[in-house]
Amino acid sequence: MAAKRWKEIPIGGTITEAGNAKEFKTGSWRVMRPIHDKNKCTSCMLCWLYCPDQAILQTQGHMDGINYDYCKGCGLCSSVCPAKAIEMKAETEFLE
Amino acid sequence: MPITMKELALEFDKKNPGITQGHRLCPGCGAPITAKFVLMVAKHLGYDPLVGVATGCLEVSTTIYPYTAWSIPYIHNAFENVSATVSGVETASRALKKWGKIPQDKRHAFIAFGGDGGTYDIGLQSLSGAVERGHNFLYVLYDNEGYMNTGNQRSGSTPPGAQTTTAPVGKVIPGKPQLKKNIVEIIAAHENVYAATVSLSDPVDFFNKVEKGLNFQGPAFLAAISPCVRFWRVPESDTVKIARLAVESNYWPLYEVEKGVYRVTRKPKSFKPVEEFLKSQGRFRPLLSRPDADKIVGELQAYVDARWERLLALEEATKDKPIRK
Amino acid sequence: MVTVAEKMRAKQALTGAEAVAHAMRQIEPHVVAAYPITPQTPIVEYFAQFVADGLVKTEMIPVESEHSAMSAVVGAAASGARAMTATSANGLALMHEVVYITASMRLPVVMPVVNRALSGPINIHCDHSDSMAERDSGWIQLYAENNQEAYELTILAVRLAESEEVRLPVMVCLDGFILSHGVEPVEIYPDDQVKNFVGEAKPYYPLLDTSHPVTYGPIDLYDYYFEHKRQQIEGMKGAKRLFPAIAQEFEKAFGKRYDFVERYRTDDADCVIVALGSTNSTIKYAVDWMREEGQKVGLLKLWTFRPFPKEEIRKALDGKKAVVVLDRAASFGAEAPLYEAVKSSLYNAAHRPAMGSYIYGLGGRDIRPEDIRKAADNALKGELNADEQMYLGLRE
Repeated sequence: MAAKRWKEIPIGGTITEAGNAKEFKTGSWRVMRPIHDKNKCTSCMLCWLYCPDQAILQTQGHMDGINYDYCKGCGLCSSVCPAKAIEMKAETEFLE
Repeated sequence: MPITMKELALEFDKKNPGITQGHRLCPGCGAPITAKFVLMVAKHLGYDPLVGVATGCLEVSTTIYPYTAWSIPYIHNAFENVSATVSGVETASRALKKWGKIPQDKRHAFIAFGGDGGTYDIGLQSLSGAVERGHNFLYVLYDNEGYMNTGNQRSGSTPPGAQTTTAPVGKVIPGKPQLKKNIVEIIAAHENVYAATVSLSDPVDFFNKVEKGLNFQGPAFLAAISPCVRFWRVPESDTVKIARLAVESNYWPLYEVEKGVYRVTRKPKSFKPVEEFLKSQGRFRPLLSRPDADKIVGELQAYVDARWERLLALEEATKDKPIRK
Repeated sequence: MVTVAEKMRAKQALTGAEAVAHAMRQIEPHVVAAYPITPQTPIVEYFAQFVADGLVKTEMIPVESEHSAMSAVVGAAASGARAMTATSANGLALMHEVVYITASMRLPVVMPVVNRALSGPINIHCDHSDSMAERDSGWIQLYAENNQEAYELTILAVRLAESEEVRLPVMVCLDGFILSHGVEPVEIYPDDQVKNFVGEAKPYYPLLDTSHPVTYGPIDLYDYYFEHKRQQIEGMKGAKRLFPAIAQEFEKAFGKRYDFVERYRTDDADCVIVALGSTNSTIKYAVDWMREEGQKVGLLKLWTFRPFPKEEIRKALDGKKAVVVLDRAASFGAEAPLYEAVKSSLYNAAHRPAMGSYIYGLGGRDIRPEDIRKAADNALKGELNADEQMYLGLRE
């Protein structure tokens, strides 16, 4: 967002839009990309539990995939997955 | 009934626990995982959490103006005073309830997060004061064993021999000579308190202790080992693995002290040697390549073993004998 | 049974500390977090007794240091509570970083400061070095001449701090021992009158409103810090604009008229003395004494040091033959703080007076009418040197 002028922001340095960091897409940090294999996945939810950036998508305990808007590519999901259902690939493979 | 991961997965599939995406902590950082665990349990138990955070990695990376990664009320004041600040918030809620401005049945959870810098060192006074006064709050220490936000300076929590910029392993001096300060013992010594160690690697034990801490009538303290992928020099994907190794090598025993009663919550049949924990991280490589490495590692192993014996003895001696009913 | 309110209606012999404690009792903040330090301690002690006896519902936090006192007040105020503390000297110095933070978060905290010299050497007696060290902190600073003013300014400060155009914390300064421990006749107004005047606290973005979560205390990089500071400057401008209106309301409620400055016999004065705090009483005595001898001396007393009343000072002093400024603090390596500010106010004056700077009373050194006469005599004899630092009561 473009920087605002002093009269345009709340006083006291207070940020009144809760959780607006969601506008900052950390997915651009990625060097490695997790690829989820639905066939091997057992929806154990360990990847969801451990993702530091809450980039694992799930619905009622069923794994849906990765939120690439925020995934920083740390590989924790792949590391904790007991079914080896997540593979880390170089981000360069997905450049358009 | 212990809280399960499955329960939390069902509740938080679409609901935000209180910390959002878009924060700028390092990939693989233990701190946001710690915060997420604590807040999920708090909300799951029906509390409305408010957080205070001390200056450090968690605070700086989640609140770069004009963005905030907190979808719950949040306050950062300074480095050493999160406990005093949260004392003020907690007291205000009691006062405003007395005045009838807040409904009596409103269940806030007052949670303070601090790194080891803001807890062991500069923040120790305000933490001790808040615990002594008996405020009803939960203090969560995310312990990454150094001042990591500013580039790995040593803290009272840094283990001996770890490479830090202010106690580096050099030609003459092999890094920090002092042992890691035992913060849980310090807080437990305030008598009317719940204090425990937790690890990301043992989530059910973690959830259980958050629940105990939140429900405890008075101050509660959790020390969470929070590996720093950057300055412990480990792969970003290994955060949980390293935390597990810390527990399995007895470097980070899992126990709790409730009003003076000790309970060891994880008793492995055997421990891996602490050297395995050291070898897993690049921050110990300069130490381990020294000729006197064996001596220093041996001292650490002896300390870890003695500490374990002491814990078991305390568990035996304090069984069913709380300092206060 | 006689109520406290009824007992207090007539003038009572009270120390400044007790008077201020009564102001706090009547304001009845939701939270007080305080740490004892001489000579502020009796304020906390009286208030603690009020709490223990159930005269106020205030939650009192017996913090373990002044740094934590201001930190707890920040937490409470950000939560939407009315929060107060009080301190002196090294206590104020210890909470220094949080003092700045309180102002930057625009929290309307009111804090009596019992002026005492900053260490070292350690000295428990009165001077203004402690509050002078906070003059850039963003807090409004009011100075009391006597116990009645200390009591009244504490009450007035609440309205000033919480005004929408202001939203800045206020320190009410009263001289250590001289006012805090000195007994003077003070009229304590009826409780309900004070409560009506201060009104209900108006919280902005309260933390405890979990349905509207806010973040306090983010990190600013170079792209926003400047703008946040500009907002604080605007708040001070608001204080300058709004103070007369609040003072007028105070007069309507209680009969006493406050302003930025008090002019005492300045209209035809050849020499005007400028000062802060309790010394003004002594100066008034010296002024009257010299007037009896036909010397045309007057006093310009400042009630507000922040915001600094440049225009009011210029109006009062423009065209005077001579001005002597008495400072109860030094600024090592520069001119004394009040002198520097007054001189700077006269930069655009049509007729700048001769000026002299007198440092006095450091560490509680007594100031007598004879000392003040010396400065006035220098002025009347045309002996002032604007660039020379003079002293009153120093063994030179």
